[in-house]
Amino acid sequence: VIIFRQHHRVLVQGITGKQGTFWTEKMIACGTRVVAGVNPKRAGESHGGVPIFASAAEAMARVGYDVAVMFIPPSLAKEAALDAIGAGVKLLVVLTEHIPVHDVMTIHAAARRQGTRIVGPNTAGLVTPGEGFVGIMPGHNAKVFRPGPVGVISRSGSLGTLVAFNLTRAGLGQSAFIGVGGDPMVGTTTRDALAALDRDERTKAVVIVGEIGGSMEEQAAEYAAGMSKPVVAFLAGRASPPGKKMGHAGAIVTGTAGSYASKRSALEQAGIVVGETPCEIPVAVANGLAARAAAPAALGGAARRHG
Amino acid sequence: MNFVEHVAKAKVLAPAAIAVPRGKVCGSPEQAAAAFADIGACVVKAQVPTGKRGKAGGVRTAASATEAAAAARAILAMSIDGYQVEQVLIEECLDIGRELYAAVVSDFGACRPLVLFSTEGGMDIEEVAAVRPEAVRRRPVEIDDGFAEADAHAMLEGLDLGAAGTAIARVLAALYAVYRERDAELVEVNPLAVLKDGRVVALDCKLTLDDAAAFRQGELAAMAARETLTALERRGAESGLKFIELAGNVGVLANGAGLTMTTMDVIRHFGGEPANFLEIGGEAYTKAETALGLVLSRDGVKSLVINFCGAFARTDVMAEGVVQAWEKLKPRVPVFFSIHGTGEEEAVKLVRERLGIEPFDVMEDAVKAAVEAAR
Repeated sequence: VIIFRQHHRVLVQGITGKQGTFWTEKMIACGTRVVAGVNPKRAGESHGGVPIFASAAEAMARVGYDVAVMFIPPSLAKEAALDAIGAGVKLLVVLTEHIPVHDVMTIHAAARRQGTRIVGPNTAGLVTPGEGFVGIMPGHNAKVFRPGPVGVISRSGSLGTLVAFNLTRAGLGQSAFIGVGGDPMVGTTTRDALAALDRDERTKAVVIVGEIGGSMEEQAAEYAAGMSKPVVAFLAGRASPPGKKMGHAGAIVTGTAGSYASKRSALEQAGIVVGETPCEIPVAVANGLAARAAAPAALGGAARRHG
Repeated sequence: MNFVEHVAKAKVLAPAAIAVPRGKVCGSPEQAAAAFADIGACVVKAQVPTGKRGKAGGVRTAASATEAAAAARAILAMSIDGYQVEQVLIEECLDIGRELYAAVVSDFGACRPLVLFSTEGGMDIEEVAAVRPEAVRRRPVEIDDGFAEADAHAMLEGLDLGAAGTAIARVLAALYAVYRERDAELVEVNPLAVLKDGRVVALDCKLTLDDAAAFRQGELAAMAARETLTALERRGAESGLKFIELAGNVGVLANGAGLTMTTMDVIRHFGGEPANFLEIGGEAYTKAETALGLVLSRDGVKSLVINFCGAFARTDVMAEGVVQAWEKLKPRVPVFFSIHGTGEEEAVKLVRERLGIEPFDVMEDAVKAAVEAAR
């Protein structure tokens, strides 16, 4: 599970906090089925009409859910994530930013053992316009999100919102928004999200909103080279000063990946149009969809790569 | 956060029973001369948190007190990779037989710790790794299983390490243990020396801790090397804002790193240069007032782009902060807004009514106008 669906039952961990309360209300208003919340101190009560349990494990035993979303501060995030993973959740959306990296590795190790899909950390969440959303995106705002054919993958919530807004303004709605997260160690990569949108029947084109650092865009480019759906990208960070590095280990592990030039060249070699500014994205998507509609389906990918 | 060599050695390696050379930290040529009396033939090493010391001339040998003082004087006058040298480490010269490389690093792609080892340590390890990747052994670690001496022996199998093998395996296991205890992102020993007398000694150490774990690494975190920040950048850091001064004249205030970088990119796309990077994403979105004060304090800012696209960050809350700061600071700089997403309607209304400014509907148009105003 990577694309959020209306039939998914959602658990909100940290539902009674300020942000948990605010966003749970938005999610429900948007059509999301929030079936349970967690707060050990207020188990047995209900919050905004949602029953509260002492733990994710208890909520699973009592009501059951498919997706858990965490409104939990960094120092408590590991414990909350392990609770949800241990409870057997299929998809865990980790919104929290600044979780200690060693805790993040522990969360990913547990998820690998249990077969749990993690989205994040530091993701803004998942939106499926017309169905619902989990996280901290303006999924309820019809100026930003409308149902349509374009899948959007973004590391950044704010920039992803801008790109979705630009698409909607151009009359291009979205089949799904997948926030993969701004952390360097995310459970669902841009490539994973791309593969999911490639398989999704409602998605006719994909926008990758990437940024400098890491090698997720380079890996996604490898996958995109074999796709027949048009893929368009925007990369943030061209004008950003490079960070200082300490040891040699970083270069030994990642080589030259990570720079704007490396990402852009990998994406372009895979036949992906890389926009210079965000407002070029809808134009490139529309062009891609038009070219695809004109070409015979079986030849679409090859024609695009060689043309 | 990064640490200078002597802190990493004294506070992390030595307590883990990893041998380091005898040494003394000195802040003046006189102290260096006095240290020579204790230590004898020595290496004088700049204490700055960067990997470019050797190639920059920040590491020299000295065979007398006069030479030690002269080396210290020269190195203390240096600035390396933006860091002014304030201290040198005077260390005993050792009789080196062989230089190795050992590190534990968080592998961000694999979401696992990774232990690295090579028999070809020294300054050129990156080139060695690029040209002959097989010269560096890599062992991914399952974090719940850990990495013990037995794992180190398995990793080193087949390498000709002679009698030093056992000591090296012990060092690798100890490095992994401190990496875990200290919430490190990197602990790197290069070179790890096998001396002619058979001892295994860490001649250098690079240590980077995870900033996000500072809350549970209190004592060590307080010893982190100071970042090279300008006065304004420090003011930003003290208010919990990541503010970086840049060379241009178009000020930037946006929410979230992705949108902020994009705003800078679009400024350059239209032929302008950004004056700063400033992220007020995440929980920092309530600090718009402080943030605006920082952007406007920077000399030479000719225009300002305020670009909000609210997901988690509520644009109405950010706009309220901006309007309050604007009314207080009464800046004369022309400002260009683009506001979309969560809280958009209230935010646009606020800016329109209180500042009499109409936000641009297209972000690129706001940036273009700001670039033109700065010319």
